[in-house]
Amino acid sequence: MKRRDIIKGGLMLMATSTLASIYKPACSKTFVGGSGLWKAEPPPPLMVVDSSRLVYLTEAEAKLVGAVFDVLIPHDELGIGATEAGCVTFLDHQLAGPYGAAAKDYRLGPVVEGLPQQGPQSIATPAELYRTGLVELRHAAQAKFGKSFLDLSEDQKIDFMKGIETGDIPFETLKSNEFFSMLLQNVREGYLADPMYGGNRDMTGWKLIGFPGAIYDYRDWMVSQRGKKIDVEPVSLLSRA
Amino acid sequence: MNYKRPKADVVIIGLGWSGSTMAEELTRAGLNVVAIERGAWRDTTTSFPTTRNPDELSGSVRKDILQAPVTETYTVRNKANQTALPLRKFNNLTLGNNVGGAGTHWAGASWRWQAFDHQPYTRVMERYGAKQLVDGLILQDWGVTYDDLEPFYDRFEKIAGTSGTAGVINGAKQPGGNPFEGSRTSLYPTPALERTRANLLFSEAATRLGYHPFPVPSAMIGAPYTNALGLNLAPCTYCGYCQLYGCGNWSKSSPNICILPVLMQRPNFTVVTESEVIRINTTPDKKMATGVTFVDSNGNIGEQPADIVITATFTLDNTRLLLLSGISMPYDFASGQGVVGRGFTFQTLSWGFMFFENEYLNPFMNTGALATQIDDFNGDNFDHTGMGFIGGAGIQSLCNQGLPIGMAGLVPEGSPQWGKGWKQAFQKGYQNYAQIQGQGTNFAHREQFLDLDPTYKDRFGQPLLRITFDYNENDRRSGRFVRDKCVEIAREMGARQVWGDSFPDRPYSGYRLWDSSHVQGGVVMGEDPKTSVQNRYQQNWDIPNLFVIGASSFPNNAGYNPTIVVGATTLWTAKAIRDLYLRNPGPLVRV
Amino acid sequence: MARFLLRNTLGACVRGGVALSVAALFANAAQAQDASAGTGIEHGRYLAIASDCVACHTASGGKPFAGGLDLNTPFGIITTSNITSDKATGIGSWTFQQFDAAVRHGKGANGNLYPAMPYTSYVKMTDSDVADLWAYMRTVPPVSQKVVENKLPFPYNIRSALVAWNLLFFDKKPFTPDSTKSAAVNRGAYLVEVLEHCGICHTPKSILGHDSSATYQGTSLQGWHAPDLTNNDHTGLGTWSAKDIETYLRSGTNRHTASSGPMTEVIVNSTQHLTDADLQAIAAYFKALPARTVDVPRPLPATNAQMAAGKREFVVQCSACHTSNGLGVANMIPTLQSNPAINAKSPDSLLNILLMGTSGPATVANPTGAAMPGFAWKLHDDQIASVLTYIRNSQDNAAPAVLAADVAKARKALNAQQTVWH
Repeated sequence: MKRRDIIKGGLMLMATSTLASIYKPACSKTFVGGSGLWKAEPPPPLMVVDSSRLVYLTEAEAKLVGAVFDVLIPHDELGIGATEAGCVTFLDHQLAGPYGAAAKDYRLGPVVEGLPQQGPQSIATPAELYRTGLVELRHAAQAKFGKSFLDLSEDQKIDFMKGIETGDIPFETLKSNEFFSMLLQNVREGYLADPMYGGNRDMTGWKLIGFPGAIYDYRDWMVSQRGKKIDVEPVSLLSRA
Repeated sequence: MNYKRPKADVVIIGLGWSGSTMAEELTRAGLNVVAIERGAWRDTTTSFPTTRNPDELSGSVRKDILQAPVTETYTVRNKANQTALPLRKFNNLTLGNNVGGAGTHWAGASWRWQAFDHQPYTRVMERYGAKQLVDGLILQDWGVTYDDLEPFYDRFEKIAGTSGTAGVINGAKQPGGNPFEGSRTSLYPTPALERTRANLLFSEAATRLGYHPFPVPSAMIGAPYTNALGLNLAPCTYCGYCQLYGCGNWSKSSPNICILPVLMQRPNFTVVTESEVIRINTTPDKKMATGVTFVDSNGNIGEQPADIVITATFTLDNTRLLLLSGISMPYDFASGQGVVGRGFTFQTLSWGFMFFENEYLNPFMNTGALATQIDDFNGDNFDHTGMGFIGGAGIQSLCNQGLPIGMAGLVPEGSPQWGKGWKQAFQKGYQNYAQIQGQGTNFAHREQFLDLDPTYKDRFGQPLLRITFDYNENDRRSGRFVRDKCVEIAREMGARQVWGDSFPDRPYSGYRLWDSSHVQGGVVMGEDPKTSVQNRYQQNWDIPNLFVIGASSFPNNAGYNPTIVVGATTLWTAKAIRDLYLRNPGPLVRV
Repeated sequence: MARFLLRNTLGACVRGGVALSVAALFANAAQAQDASAGTGIEHGRYLAIASDCVACHTASGGKPFAGGLDLNTPFGIITTSNITSDKATGIGSWTFQQFDAAVRHGKGANGNLYPAMPYTSYVKMTDSDVADLWAYMRTVPPVSQKVVENKLPFPYNIRSALVAWNLLFFDKKPFTPDSTKSAAVNRGAYLVEVLEHCGICHTPKSILGHDSSATYQGTSLQGWHAPDLTNNDHTGLGTWSAKDIETYLRSGTNRHTASSGPMTEVIVNSTQHLTDADLQAIAAYFKALPARTVDVPRPLPATNAQMAAGKREFVVQCSACHTSNGLGVANMIPTLQSNPAINAKSPDSLLNILLMGTSGPATVANPTGAAMPGFAWKLHDDQIASVLTYIRNSQDNAAPAVLAADVAKARKALNAQQTVWH
């Protein structure tokens, strides 16, 4: 069977969303009733991402984006911050996969700026946007404070990111507020997605809000725990219960 | 390489709910049916196993199950004098990309529409007269009534295993159900789902206000059930990985669990997957359809000849296929003439949002269509005299989301979206957020239409479909009215912070958070060939062996979700093909 | 039906192989209902279904009856022969006498057949049934496919050794009805002992491959445990009614369970096509077997470390389908409560199912085909051991604990994948 062959081959080193790009999809097939042969092609296997090395970001980019992420989701009494939780590892692997390549977007031209309600028209990929956006962010911090973002005080970092969020601190080649939206979305994803994707270490994001994680059955609680606080140790798709 | 497949009795384009329902009916009647489906084969255990399904990132965030814009998208503009631009990223149109179509990942709200929704013109004229209609509104009857459809609604619910509490049985009101619903001949196949804390708060508040709450009928199965085709379904587990996920537990009605296993026992059924139909073929005089042309995943062009062609793709693609194939007269906005692309409708959403102070709403325990609703302000259930609009909305406490990434932005107004303050607000807000959705009507309007885009093309070089849509004045009026009702109930529920929104107050966008995915019309059924593409049997007025089925046939949208109506009208058409067309092939309605 | 027990479970694909032939050969159940009673070709077709010839004599993805399937027996690989009517490579040039000699007496054109061919059961087939079967086989379209030699290691590759085996173990007595039993029980006996050759899998074998005296007491073969079919409540069919047996063989499911592994193929290819009367006869036969008592172990206490860990895994991994009380869903998802297959001393089938998943039975009577996903990639050996130990010692079950080492061994034997995380 195909799935077993793939699994045996040990080809798969990264998590699904990264994998889809190298996983050869099934092709046109003809299924005839009564043949008994109608099993689907298995999806690519799940895996825990390898956090020991970067796969897309450079060391400098990883350091900078980690510092930004830690402003967005800081370490405090409610739990660890974004970088400790693995959000940079998460992002790095996402950017190396189909998300980073905007593999599912419609990217044919002409590219025309439209009305806000017509949605993003840029065909730049997230991987490209991070590469340029982080350069812009570094330059903007340097221009504003005369030093690296990494060396700013916590308050300066927060003020600076507010300026990026509103667009008051502009970038030259892309919209700073749109880059901010992507940063915020991705850091939340890293903090709250299943830990197998590299972030949400020790399910810290889930513990913050009391989310039980990869559970597929709440029948016993629907009525008995309705409106009540549920104390439960969350579980990941790949963990011990 | 080009190739031609052996001729079939019937070719069905698209194997979602409508295509698979039709295939089941026609193969059971002994016809040789070939379905051509753009997506891949999917089955529950292989494709959506419980062992990996609870994964928000690949599910509702990256939307791995959906058809991606790279495969095909649509261009959108609000007005005919604007330039339409493509929806480049995943947006609110959530097409399926597999055998089962969107029926695999849908949220599962399982409504019969009301008598009014199938005959809006007659009903409005009787009760209010033409003065009730805002300028440009297009209102027309379907040619088929609720009473015509009742047996088919009944049958389709028994295929889907719909859960719910009956409100009206054979004309008699039933406790706990929707007192406004069309009279049913039988109970829902499975009992209503359990309610959440938010549902109960809503229900109590609505009752205090004199309204009539009831559980929304749902595709999430309420008890073990053997459906009308002998297939077994299991009860819903409230896992919350529902909308934008395939169900790993045989608990959500879908073509994959409710129909396809039966089809796959029948030697007179064939499905060709991962092949996209690019054209419906006709005789040169366009009097008869001869089959379809498709492109397979290797880029080969195939032809499937057939005696009957049934188009059962996504609503918008039904319209697009007719336009690409030069079938029937396209709607011309300037002159108002033509029918294909006319009568396009969307959905009017209004909201009440709220945060409580110290609740444990446990939002992770939910399903796609876990909602308690009032229909007091839906359809024509209330007197619209002097209100300047028709229609309304189903107003519901909708508990369909509890996954953390999706809820990360839901913090009380005034709270930061990041930093330490966000962590505090999210921690509290996650357990205290609730919403009331007003899922409202949208009627056709002369300025809402579909045609082929002059600029943007798909991967095969064929024009994309262009959507020209903005909310009309009727929507703005009904939207605000419904929003105020949502807010009224939200306050009564005792929330600390309440605010409302009416989407028609801003221009239509394909990307607005929480917006609907429902689009209807473009190939509408009706009583007059000048204002409809097909007759009451969803049979093309010009080409009698062409049937275009699905929500593209609906001349208007209701304050409900469309799926069960798609199923019922498909069964209605299947019966007409079996009992009328096969005996005497030709037009089933003479003008 | 011995096919999957005997053959290398790693080689071909169980899922793909299921029911490759049902529709092609036997278009509908009604046809079978008429054929069971008649004579001639149609009756022969029914006998071929009931005897499940196609299961072994068809390679995965191959043409029906053209042979070429490798059966991996404890003694080595036996490749099944082409029994289509092809003159050169099949049995098209055979006489009835040659056919009869092969089917009932284990004598092929090149000498004795290996007892993977259930001639030890078929020997009891009636003369008229063999004649009808032959009449049908002559109508099977010829397929030219030369089947390669058997690949048994010495000494099993010496066919003449089988003479001795036959002398020792081959009971050639014809089928004789038991006049003290009802007609239905006797018909059931003929179906079970002769045509369906159930004992091939469900009766433990001696070291030389012949049936032991523990008839239908269940045994493990090639990664599966063919369960105990005797009348006892703990591991056998004691709690199943005749109707349960009948429903199971017709649909692959009943109120207790759903089939898995090789039995799914038996049901899909063979028993679902039997007439109601024949299914009732099989049920009557099993219910008429004498009651048997088995030793019921004491379940492990809930305080046991494996039990506690297993319970946690059960809640997360199993309850969505099997429900938290283990009741499952009738005709779809097996109940785990008081489940004789779970109480089997051997956990082989449970390990197989948990590691590899199952292919659900999809039959005309119940096309649902609800299946179970595999957990090999997801759960570590100790997790699987704990959850199985928990299931086997809760919910009114009692059976020996499963150890992580057992899981590791099964993982290796089944060539299941390793867990993807640490």
